[in-house]
Amino acid sequence: MNAALFKNFSSLSAALSFVILFGIFLVLFIYSKDAISQFGLGFLFESIWEVGEDDEGGVFGGVVPIVGTLYATLIAMIVATPIALGIAIFLTEVAPDFMVKPVSVSIELLAAIPSIIYGMWGLFYLAPIVQHFFGGSGMGLLTAGLVLAIMVIPFMSAISKDAMNTTPDVLKESAYAMGATKFEVIKDVVMPYSKAGIIGSIILALGRALGETMAVAFLIGSVMSIPKAITDPTTSIPVLLANNFAEADDLELSSMFYLALILFVISFIIISIAKFYFLGRKK
Amino acid sequence: MNRLLLNRLIMVLSTISAIVGIVFLFWILATLSIKGVSSMHFNIFFNDLVNGGIRNLLVGQFTMAIIATIIGVPLGMMAGIYLREYSNDSTLASIMRNLSDVMMSAPSIVIGVFVYAIMVSPVNQYNGWAGSVALSIMMIPIIISTTDNMLSLVPKELREAGIALGGSKHKIIVQIVLRAAKVGITTGVLLAFARIIGETAPLLFTSANNAYFTMNMSDQFPSLTVSIYNLANYPDSASRDLAWAAAFVLTMIVLFINITGRFITRERR
Repeated sequence: MNAALFKNFSSLSAALSFVILFGIFLVLFIYSKDAISQFGLGFLFESIWEVGEDDEGGVFGGVVPIVGTLYATLIAMIVATPIALGIAIFLTEVAPDFMVKPVSVSIELLAAIPSIIYGMWGLFYLAPIVQHFFGGSGMGLLTAGLVLAIMVIPFMSAISKDAMNTTPDVLKESAYAMGATKFEVIKDVVMPYSKAGIIGSIILALGRALGETMAVAFLIGSVMSIPKAITDPTTSIPVLLANNFAEADDLELSSMFYLALILFVISFIIISIAKFYFLGRKK
Repeated sequence: MNRLLLNRLIMVLSTISAIVGIVFLFWILATLSIKGVSSMHFNIFFNDLVNGGIRNLLVGQFTMAIIATIIGVPLGMMAGIYLREYSNDSTLASIMRNLSDVMMSAPSIVIGVFVYAIMVSPVNQYNGWAGSVALSIMMIPIIISTTDNMLSLVPKELREAGIALGGSKHKIIVQIVLRAAKVGITTGVLLAFARIIGETAPLLFTSANNAYFTMNMSDQFPSLTVSIYNLANYPDSASRDLAWAAAFVLTMIVLFINITGRFITRERR
């Protein structure tokens, strides 16, 4: 009797993650129905975000936050990928043994630091530096992208390091025996062997950067305009939600749910690709 | 000779990138410690936010995270047990496994929006329960994957020994497998707790924030992280100092829980 209960509870719990994921999709869809029926897919091409006269209706389009999200993520990935892979290569192939453990532990601890800390640090320390070297107000795409990069580096290097570590020593030793240099071993043995894991780590970091709220909220400037230069302030989907969701109502609120739905679907697709194709969980 | 030069070059580049990455990361910790310690007063632990302290915020943040843990850990563990012990590694189980991993990476702000829709909008009141539920949604997939991984490390022979003694499946799971995986799962729970205690985005419009001390979960609930976000954006230096002090306290808590978790696993091995 007890055993049956245990088994049933356990299988119900297992169904829960499916129920929650589907529930999120369904609820976001229901709440964004007003905006979807009003703007349809044109929402993706409309750059105006304005409440109408007397707070009635209005025109809402998702271009600015969508573009802002994509640009900030792109900057972050361009900066973070080489550094994170460099760290992973350093830890697996270059570093002397006594350094590997402390460096990888501190990198893992840094991945655990809450994103709001990164955001706050960026606001007070990185923004003035960016302003000094690149002009602008210091708040904008570039600063947001850089802080995002710093945030995903530990995460990305930890996963790609694990992937590189799975390369069997025998393979590497054979290549060394043939007279290959370290770089050739990395390029021709380690990389091809751990390719899937490395690509997976990049895509997972991409998904994380897309949905990151707090680190970006401090820094992107929260302005509803398309950035013309890399230092211009703009906004992103998570930041728009974080700052304006609480005050919005009616059609604007519904448009916010629409944006949340778009973000959810994009990151769902990206993460699924990473999981199902590149990082298939070992049994 | 060219190959050796190229090799040398790449090695130097990778070392430099490691140094750059590590310097940046330690720079953050260093400034946080300096700013945090210099703006720290002991009376912030005895005053609430209205009086320039963080007492109610710490209590509120921990309360929500602990309730999230009480909701999330049993559900996550049971799901993990199903995946590893009952599912016979069916295709369905592997789909569930991947879905739970996908859920782990869902944007936290979207989870906040979702919980707002189901728990705040209907009652028209930000409340602590909503904050806890949002945090537990973040926690469940982490617990599922830890439990699943830790159970997979339990040797098959232990289960077979249980069967040979005539134990039922349920008895074997509860009395043998879970005991063997206890340490690993505890570490996983600690790490998951450390992760949710620092979350801000899921709380912004679920629990929102409260400047006063309250234990009433049906009301707006005090949150340390949401307060840091607000305080850091105020122009006056007193608020910013409090934000730094709070950020320092938060980071220390998160790192302490993380290190404790790692220490427990190491002790055992």
